[in-house]
Amino acid sequence: MRVFTKEFWFQFASPKTFYPFAGRLIPWFAGAALLLTVVGLYLGFFVAPVDYQQGNSYRIMFIHVPAAWMSMFIYVVMCVYAALGLVLNTRLSDMMAAALAPTGAMFTFLALWTGALWGRPTWGTYWVWDARLTSELILLFLYLGYMALRAAIDDPRRASRASGLLALVGVVNVPIIYFSVQWWNTLHQGASVSLTSAPTMAMTMFTAMLVMTFAFWAYAIAVALYRVRLIILERERHARWVVELAEQER
Amino acid sequence: MWVALRWVVRRDLMLALRGRGEVLTNLMFFIIVVSLFPLGVGPERETLTEIASGVVWVAALLSSMLALGRLFSSDYEDGSLEQFMLAAHPLPVLVLGKILAHWLVSGLPLVLMAPVLGLQLGLGGEALWVLITSLLLGTPVLSLLGAVGAGLTLGLRGGGVLLALLVLPLYIPVLVFGAGAVEAVRSGLEASAHLSLLGAFLVGSSLLAPWAASAALRISLD
Repeated sequence: MRVFTKEFWFQFASPKTFYPFAGRLIPWFAGAALLLTVVGLYLGFFVAPVDYQQGNSYRIMFIHVPAAWMSMFIYVVMCVYAALGLVLNTRLSDMMAAALAPTGAMFTFLALWTGALWGRPTWGTYWVWDARLTSELILLFLYLGYMALRAAIDDPRRASRASGLLALVGVVNVPIIYFSVQWWNTLHQGASVSLTSAPTMAMTMFTAMLVMTFAFWAYAIAVALYRVRLIILERERHARWVVELAEQER
Repeated sequence: MWVALRWVVRRDLMLALRGRGEVLTNLMFFIIVVSLFPLGVGPERETLTEIASGVVWVAALLSSMLALGRLFSSDYEDGSLEQFMLAAHPLPVLVLGKILAHWLVSGLPLVLMAPVLGLQLGLGGEALWVLITSLLLGTPVLSLLGAVGAGLTLGLRGGGVLLALLVLPLYIPVLVFGAGAVEAVRSGLEASAHLSLLGAFLVGSSLLAPWAASAALRISLD
């Protein structure tokens, strides 16, 4: 089988083969994101039962929790790409890291924002300086610092290596956010979902949250692929295949 | 290896002491920032004591961040940094020496000055000792972490502001536990947990930061 050979997988490390491949994948992930969002929001807003303590205000959870998960997950994925780029010197891994950063920052901001809106009715305040909120805010600063450093360096090679190193230094923050509710006694509630035990919430709530997570995941992939295509065109604009592609488009 | 380390520390200390102005400017900045707070917040004793540890720590954070710009820049401009890279000794050791010298010049004076400022803000007794200890453990971490940022932004346009954006988020844990130690003592708890964590930060960062900073320098001078 061709799929099991090393060459089959390594060919996608070349921007030239990855560009059309990403183009074919985008509609699938975008479609999946749209479909899952509709299903997830329907389940979350209409099917899931009313919470006995919080009433209907808890329903923002279906956006808040997946966004917070994605904000951390995207940072880790970005770091893996950055590390691959630093170690193997592959241009595409670094472009992927760069393409993921704005989406990650968006999800971090979304998690903070929905958290503030959720905090108002349940805690009585938009913001508290609790460990999880503060560390999530640091994550937002890390994303912004990554993008700022990248934008400040003109030489693309140095920009990719420097920002990659910065991303790796910042990765220590991710476990701190994840475990902050266990390590510190905070206002933010503990995790209701874990891989090892049954969720402490109604099954429909859990399903809706999971569907929304996959929706955000598909969205992140679609947007990152779209962005990486643009980055490829920008960085490889002197390559012959890009010039030929531009000729065809004209 | 120790010879190289000692050599770098002595060289940088000598360079810093010959141009005394810089050391004093940094210390003056620290004192001025702390003195601004009583003027801004008002001279009530209780309020000042309440915020004292945070104020001193934030001022220490800012002045050690401002001093970072000088860590590599003069060596970068006159080309000695490139000689460092070609040297037979491992670069992380030389970088560690530079960081150590930098801390002795920019961090240690802050630690020595802190008790005076703490007294001015109404801290006393055990809280003052904990403040000094936490600064003694924490400011080297600031220099170590900052070295990575200084290496990454070396020779960039507008590097100063960018350096703040990169480094300050990484400083936050040190600030939280440093100021937290003093707060713990003031509310009658043990500070040892906070101080142990600061010590752990110091050990961890002195192990990893010189290595990361050398990688950053290699990228910047590539």
